[in-house]
Amino acid sequence: MSAVPASDLAVEVDDLTMRYADKVALDALSLTVERGSITAVLGPNGAGKTTLLETCEGYRHQHSGTVRVLGLDPVRQRKDLLPRIGVMLQGGGAWSGVRAMEMLRHIASLHAHPLDPQMLSDCLGLDDCARTPYRRLSGGQQQRLNLAMALVGRPELVFVDEPTAGMDPAVRRTTWDLLAQLRTDGVTVVLTTHYMDEAERLADRIHILDHGRLVTSGSPLELTRGGRMSTIRLVVTRPFPAGAHESLRVALGPGTDVTQLDELSLVVTGPADASTLARVSRWCEENDVLPESLTLGQRTLEDVFLELTGRELTP
Amino acid sequence: MSTLPTRPASAVGTFTPRPGAAPMARQVLAQARMEARLMLRNGEQLLLAVVVPLIVLVGAVQGSDRLGLSFDHPAIDVFTPGVLALAVMSTSFTSLAIATGFERRYGVIKRLGTSPLSRSGLLVGKVIALALVELVQVVVISLVALTMGWQPAAGLLGVLLAVLAGTAAFAALGLLVAGSLRAEATLAAANLIYLLLMSAGAVVLPISAYGGFGDVVRWLPSGALGEAMRGALLDGTVQLRDLGVLLVWALIGGVATARTFSWE
Repeated sequence: MSAVPASDLAVEVDDLTMRYADKVALDALSLTVERGSITAVLGPNGAGKTTLLETCEGYRHQHSGTVRVLGLDPVRQRKDLLPRIGVMLQGGGAWSGVRAMEMLRHIASLHAHPLDPQMLSDCLGLDDCARTPYRRLSGGQQQRLNLAMALVGRPELVFVDEPTAGMDPAVRRTTWDLLAQLRTDGVTVVLTTHYMDEAERLADRIHILDHGRLVTSGSPLELTRGGRMSTIRLVVTRPFPAGAHESLRVALGPGTDVTQLDELSLVVTGPADASTLARVSRWCEENDVLPESLTLGQRTLEDVFLELTGRELTP
Repeated sequence: MSTLPTRPASAVGTFTPRPGAAPMARQVLAQARMEARLMLRNGEQLLLAVVVPLIVLVGAVQGSDRLGLSFDHPAIDVFTPGVLALAVMSTSFTSLAIATGFERRYGVIKRLGTSPLSRSGLLVGKVIALALVELVQVVVISLVALTMGWQPAAGLLGVLLAVLAGTAAFAALGLLVAGSLRAEATLAAANLIYLLLMSAGAVVLPISAYGGFGDVVRWLPSGALGEAMRGALLDGTVQLRDLGVLLVWALIGGVATARTFSWE
């Protein structure tokens, strides 16, 4: 763990365990979030991302371990904490008959120095649905309104749960720009996502969660660099013969690893040089495998996740 | 159909943190205004709040003439306090239960749970919203009754205490239903209980009309509220026993709600 003074940490989670009935949602989880950063919590559905956020927001009593948000206990000091944080829930959160701007103005009126709701509405493109009842907003519009509600109180720290789920690509980019601007202005952002590109593009630091455990942490660069590792991705036209990835691993020798993604594609991790490439092609020839594509690349977060968990991170 | 934000990202420093809660009183008033507005905007709620009581008032007065029912007082004087009690019941029990049930369903209460508004602030806001809607109801119903020849006794204190105690009792019971059932079940139960109490709970008809059954229904919150209103507006008295019954119901409902209510 990095030696950051505690006062520079917006969130400190130490040895946190959460259980529901007999299911362990978070398992001895420890992580930190630095002030003024964008931190992404990445993981597949059911990894514990939302549970982690809701524990930080004081919705849930932790079963063991400690959580500090802006130096406060989110359950016992919730009253002091709430005005200082903004929360974007995954869905819902408004009366079905309330108009979009009416809802935003209402949340603004609960804060001492709110942002101008009209300015936020301009920023997030909510103007043409200002008078639309919440139940008639599209999924993307609801998401944008929910984000506006999280920001309107001028918080120090915002928790955003799957902020761009259901948004079209153009609005997604605008939302990313907005989140980046929050960081510029000194707001700490903690977001959950299962979009790799979102985490890779936005986050200063990424925590990867799987089955309630922290799998790894690092900056996007640290995670994808991982030494001098590179990847070769092989996609074929007919399903691989049985045991293909084993036989390819043998053919390539030590220093490389092979992970089969599905029956038509696999990834070779290791030094992606000419000799490895030549051995992959020779293996294809010997095994009567017809490549459709053979691509060289840096490791992506997707590859990292796959190596660490043995699964793909698709929603 | 999402259009792109046309403006470039706002100026640097726009989002510089400046957190803080609005003063408690301002938050509570904002919440009360919001809830009252939503309640009055909703057609079904408005029907329940004003139209149904007015129909009951006109129907009861005309019906008692036809049926030759006789009371110690003119029919309009007997029925108006009961209809006002009915209006209080419809708002503080049925409307509150249904609204709260759907607030749980839609995550409104969860969302407000991360705002600076505290749980107690939310409750006080709800109570003020109820009072605002009840004020509208009382004014409208009283005006109609006055045009029909209503001559109330000067029992303002009794009315005020009855409305307060009745609201407390029915709101506690309404929250009990809303906090333990699903939204659809709350909708059904709140309407059903309202109909049962309206027809057989001694709200509109005085307990004297229930014969021997009157000794039972006067212990119901509906009977107690109806009697307290009639005592105040027919004779100008403060009905301590009925107010006591209402407070006991408020206590039972409040304790049960505190134990069972879940915000989500």
